[in-house]
Amino acid sequence: MKPVFMTFTKKDLINFFVVMVVAIVIIPNIVTTSYWYVSILIPFLCLALAGLGQQIIIGYTGQLALGAAGFMAAGAFACFNLILRVPEIPFFVALILSGFIAAAFGILFGLPSLRVRGIYLMVATLASQFFIVWMIDKFGWFKNYDTSGIITAQPIVIFGKPLTSPVAMYLLSLGIVTVLTLVAMNLARGSTGRKWMAVRDMDIAAESMGVSLLKTKLQAFAISSFYCGIAGALFAFTYLQSLEPAAFSIKLSFQILFIVILGGLGTINGVFIGTAFILLFPVLLNFIGNKFFHGAVDATIISSAEQVVFGALMIIFMIFQPLGMAKIWENIKLKFAPKSDRPLTS
Amino acid sequence: MTDQLLFFLEVVVAGMLSGTMYSLVALGYVLIYKSSSNFNFAQGAMVFFAVLSFVGLMELGLPFVAAFIATILLMMMLGLLTEKLVLRPLTNQSEETVLMATIGLGFFLEGLTQAIWGVEVRKLDLGVKDFPIPWIADNFKLFISALDLVAAAVALTMIAGITLIFKYSKVGLGLRAVADDPGAASSIGIPLKNIMFFVWSAAGVVALVAGMMWGARAGVQFALVDLALKALPVLIIGGFSSISGALIAGLIVGATEKILEVFLGPMVGGGIEGWAPYVMAILFLLYRPEGLFGEKIIRRV
Repeated sequence: MKPVFMTFTKKDLINFFVVMVVAIVIIPNIVTTSYWYVSILIPFLCLALAGLGQQIIIGYTGQLALGAAGFMAAGAFACFNLILRVPEIPFFVALILSGFIAAAFGILFGLPSLRVRGIYLMVATLASQFFIVWMIDKFGWFKNYDTSGIITAQPIVIFGKPLTSPVAMYLLSLGIVTVLTLVAMNLARGSTGRKWMAVRDMDIAAESMGVSLLKTKLQAFAISSFYCGIAGALFAFTYLQSLEPAAFSIKLSFQILFIVILGGLGTINGVFIGTAFILLFPVLLNFIGNKFFHGAVDATIISSAEQVVFGALMIIFMIFQPLGMAKIWENIKLKFAPKSDRPLTS
Repeated sequence: MTDQLLFFLEVVVAGMLSGTMYSLVALGYVLIYKSSSNFNFAQGAMVFFAVLSFVGLMELGLPFVAAFIATILLMMMLGLLTEKLVLRPLTNQSEETVLMATIGLGFFLEGLTQAIWGVEVRKLDLGVKDFPIPWIADNFKLFISALDLVAAAVALTMIAGITLIFKYSKVGLGLRAVADDPGAASSIGIPLKNIMFFVWSAAGVVALVAGMMWGARAGVQFALVDLALKALPVLIIGGFSSISGALIAGLIVGATEKILEVFLGPMVGGGIEGWAPYVMAILFLLYRPEGLFGEKIIRRV
């Protein structure tokens, strides 16, 4: 995997501005059905945030970790307990603290990365997935001794006002995701990110250059699970609006892995492209199923078809374009760019 | 013997016997890894695919033996296609890339299986019941399930057979040569293609048998994929390239998770089985990263 260094040009600033205007001004004015907020836009933001966390650990640091949903569960239930047990705690404080709690778990379960890599590390990180979810499920304290299995999330209160409408939830998630995306971009661009990439590309060389493997890897695990933790809290409070350990199954972890791999390893915009694809493709498939087969196709067939396509795409991308959709998008952009912008060799 | 000791023994034996089922799944991973140094994450999905196809074919009216043979042929074809379409184009790619591609293959197969055969849980009757054998219960006061015993016997036979083939047959010699250095092996005339075909067929048979054992116990359903995931810690503990390691690690993992579940489980509400193998794998990785019998020492990081 080649490092992708980001440089900001004037054009990027304009692009950023356009995206923000579309997301903040245009979408809330145009999209009025709550379906789009509840089942597309809000999960998009939550999953993209978790994808960013996964990207940091897999795409930038090259550590094959597969337990994002475990850290998301840690974040979600940490947030629930903080709001429940600490009186008058502001939502943002609870959110950030739950990120830190998830980060602590990340450091703990990142320890095996100091000894092993590849498939070995993947199995070791699966422990986090199963252990964290089991712990939350079995110790009643985490669930406030609720026996029904599904707990309703507390309403989000910001400056004394409870958020209720889907648009407000969307804007809240958007704000958090935007800030964290900018932070991730700057981390990846700066010395932190370069250390990550050095470890990813050749750890022995990195170590001989004075990069501490211990510090770099654990830091990457901490930041990655911080992102996952916040994503998990948002996922529970804005998307599901309930907390249940079963929502954070291994399936979710695989979904986040797919986002990162299909989107493009080692890119930030790839995460967003990948998330959009993962969420919109099933919608498209359902649409086709209803439109052309008039509901004659079973829902299970459609969800299996979705799995088949994701799996096949993953193989195809690994063979032909390991850098994923972000790279394809870049190639398309280059094709239409004016001659002066194209690189001399291609 | 006191009752307590007897109970403990019973738990250990039951755990070890069901552990051999993990060994069977892990054996499939070992076969592919040993001969091509590729880790085939999709082996778990292949178990699911194999047994569901087998049950599906029986439902279509094929007799037991015909369905068995047809499924094995199907698995051979699947292996050949995997080798040609997925692994061949990825030679010389990094280990991580191949791993991700096989994760994709696993998802592809799971989806395909469900698209073809549907999602409902099916029963598989092998003629062996999941009940204690009366004779052992009477004479030794141990309650051991007949199905467990049969599964363990089958697993042992297969593992012994494959070990013998690897050690003493010409194909086995070729296999080891290919695993060592594919280039050198083919330059002295070892038929690489035939060898790979043999390996994939063997992995297919192992997948089918493992699936049948699991399916007879827990029903043929999607949850088999999660069970197959537990073969990964077994694989790590046993070492990636050791056939007997897979067996012994299966016994260890099976016994340990049962002991923890039965004696510690009630204190915390159960479910320890779900994560114990993974935590064991972590502990093993800290002290012995190459596993019990693995030869290759992992690159230091």
